[in-house]
Amino acid sequence: MSYLDQLGKGATPEKAAGQPQPAAAFPTNQDENPVADEVASAPPTTVDLRREYEDAGVREVLEELDRELVGLKPVKKRIRETAALLLVERARRRLGLAHETPTLHMSFTGNPGTGKTTVALKMANLLHRLGYIRKGHLVSVTRDDLVGQYIGHTAPKTKDILKKAMGGVLFIDEAYYLYRPENERDYGQEAIEILLQVMENQRDDLVVILAGYADRMDRFFESNPGFRSRIAHHIDFPDYSNDELHKIAVGMLERQNYHLTEDATAMLSRYIEHRRGQPHFANARSIRNALDRARLRQANRLFEAETGPLDAAALSEIAAEDIAASRVFLQKPGRNAEYVHPESERGDVAAFGNGEEETRP
Amino acid sequence: MRMTQGTFSFLPDLTDEQIGRQIQYCLDNGWAVNLEYTDDPHPRNTYWEMWGQPMFDIADAAGIMMELQSCRKAYGDRYIRLSAFDSTHGWESVKLSFIVNRPKEEPGFRLRRQEGNGRNMRYTTEPYADARPEGERYAV
Repeated sequence: MSYLDQLGKGATPEKAAGQPQPAAAFPTNQDENPVADEVASAPPTTVDLRREYEDAGVREVLEELDRELVGLKPVKKRIRETAALLLVERARRRLGLAHETPTLHMSFTGNPGTGKTTVALKMANLLHRLGYIRKGHLVSVTRDDLVGQYIGHTAPKTKDILKKAMGGVLFIDEAYYLYRPENERDYGQEAIEILLQVMENQRDDLVVILAGYADRMDRFFESNPGFRSRIAHHIDFPDYSNDELHKIAVGMLERQNYHLTEDATAMLSRYIEHRRGQPHFANARSIRNALDRARLRQANRLFEAETGPLDAAALSEIAAEDIAASRVFLQKPGRNAEYVHPESERGDVAAFGNGEEETRP
Repeated sequence: MRMTQGTFSFLPDLTDEQIGRQIQYCLDNGWAVNLEYTDDPHPRNTYWEMWGQPMFDIADAAGIMMELQSCRKAYGDRYIRLSAFDSTHGWESVKLSFIVNRPKEEPGFRLRRQEGNGRNMRYTTEPYADARPEGERYAV
């Protein structure tokens, strides 16, 4: 029995009705929710969902999600549905209709670069606003952070991470690496057992999000039924369309105060088409890397041209030639003979170090 | 005899909820929380055994409470002390320290008198518990 269960028993009814239990456990001055206090004075008999929606700041989070993330329609829809469910659950709890914390653990599946980490951040924020987690921070880990290298190393490592994630969201990227069926003495199993135990016993304290490629996650869940049954929400992230990737690219550049010339815009569309057909395509991440290299070439071009003083416009303009120099255009899609990594560059430009595709942000 | 030490020593023992709130206060101030245990209650026994390392970078009290529960599981028959260390420049010291677990029975302290030269008297206190070797002092 967790200590929070024991707390729940001693809590006064007003308090239990006023705030969701997790938020009530260790309230802090910074986090005080004026709305909850107001309601706490008298046990409510009706709940205005619309008002709750506004007051909890759910709308802000959802609008931010819509504004900042291009595409991802099904994901946004799922998050909206989840938010509605949690809002209703919270209202039910206030009226004393629900007592159990709903299972909030999730799995995000999708190809690389489809925004899983970004959405996980927003999700943490959303859960925090709704009072299901107390702090709302995201701890992002991979196998290396959880699994030790020798006997007795794994449990303290996993527990350390869990301690840090308490009150927030634990995001396990490429979770399937935790389970290695080919090595039966792999320490990953130990980490899985600890995780499952905490996921079950401390649902009030921690939300776990598992992320990874769809097919490998499916296999992972098949071999670990414990995880499948403890995860309530499966969200699938679709690949971006070419238009969406284009929009993302323009947005990224705008945020860095760059803009594309007209030719460059057309060239970027062609680039995206070509890039998609080639190996190691990682959606938005590939685009970000491509833009980083375009900036590199732009800097080189400006430096070598030496046309005298440059103004702000010249410094922030990406021309078609900056994109056209990419090796992606030299390769026909699907041709595997004499394969060269499309994102590797020739000559001295490479010496600056170009974004390796597999590098995680 | 109830051993008292540290902050809140004249209050009844804190409940887990109260301990949790104190921990949250420490964490919100950016202090590192540390757990220590001992079975030698002598007031001059300053350095207790550490339960793991001091916990840095923790956001929520639940993480520390988890560690406290496992410490209680292993050493529930001993004294456990929670201390919060402030590492800010100029402070670098423990800001808060209190007892979070104590043995069921605390036999207390014996006062020993030693007669010296003339009518001189030397006093010393020793816990009844430390008559037995470490680890067996507060058998459950």
